[in-house]
Amino acid sequence: MPVIEPQKCNGCGLCVGVCRNNALAVVNNVITIIETVECDWCTDCELVCTTGAIICPFEIILQES
Amino acid sequence: MSIQLEYLKNLLYFSGVSFAELESISKLVFEKTADRAEMLLLEGEPAENLYFVASGVVKVFKTSVEGKEQILSIVRPGESFNDISIFDSKPNPVSAQAMGPVLLYGIKRNEMEAIVQNHPQIALNVIKVLVKRVRHLLSLIEDLSFKHVIGRVAKILIEHIGGEMGRGPRLTQQEMAAMAGTVREVVGRSLKELEEAGAIKLDRHRIIITDKEALQKLIEVSS
Repeated sequence: MPVIEPQKCNGCGLCVGVCRNNALAVVNNVITIIETVECDWCTDCELVCTTGAIICPFEIILQES
Repeated sequence: MSIQLEYLKNLLYFSGVSFAELESISKLVFEKTADRAEMLLLEGEPAENLYFVASGVVKVFKTSVEGKEQILSIVRPGESFNDISIFDSKPNPVSAQAMGPVLLYGIKRNEMEAIVQNHPQIALNVIKVLVKRVRHLLSLIEDLSFKHVIGRVAKILIEHIGGEMGRGPRLTQQEMAAMAGTVREVVGRSLKELEEAGAIKLDRHRIIITDKEALQKLIEVSS
């Protein structure tokens, strides 16, 4: 799932607005994941975040031949 | 002070402008709302309005004839878009799309021209906004024209493959951009190009290298 660093979150909610799967919400002024199944890893939340509070890291793997 | 006036006061466009002047300008401002994915500007169409983002996020981009998208900027609350065509009266050089629900404040082109003519401070502010825009675009041009970013991204992917002993480091596009000496927007495009070329597959949070040789060839070409 996207990784959240609550101490960096300023509660602006931009990521909530751009999430097309309604996977995020601001709870107590901090971004929180409320839906884990629907996240399609579009990374738009990471793109719009100005503080680096939400990130979408990729695992890089080699396909077995 | 109304919310709109408070908002305008904090924009770079209207920095240093008196309350009375701002109040008269605010009468020319109209509101526009849009839903996720709604197109706000279409490349090539006449430019009608200057927009300021009050809430939400807008993506400004160009699309190639092959349909490839290059993001030019992400416009957040307090920032503007369509600044270029509004002043040269030529068609929109870019497209703009709402990334989620957005609230915009707009000013019509002819009214913005009159505002600039009557307020030297605003004319200076417009120059500052446009200079900032030019600097950002110059940096993007440099990345797209002179750097073999795709080869560097290929190298980063190979160097960070998770080994048999366990998972490798997980990387964000921002981190890859920092490693490749470029910006996130260019990394995003490089990953898409690598996927289209069949070298990788993007599978949610995983980048699966499907053709390691193809990646290695790209590294050789760009080194």
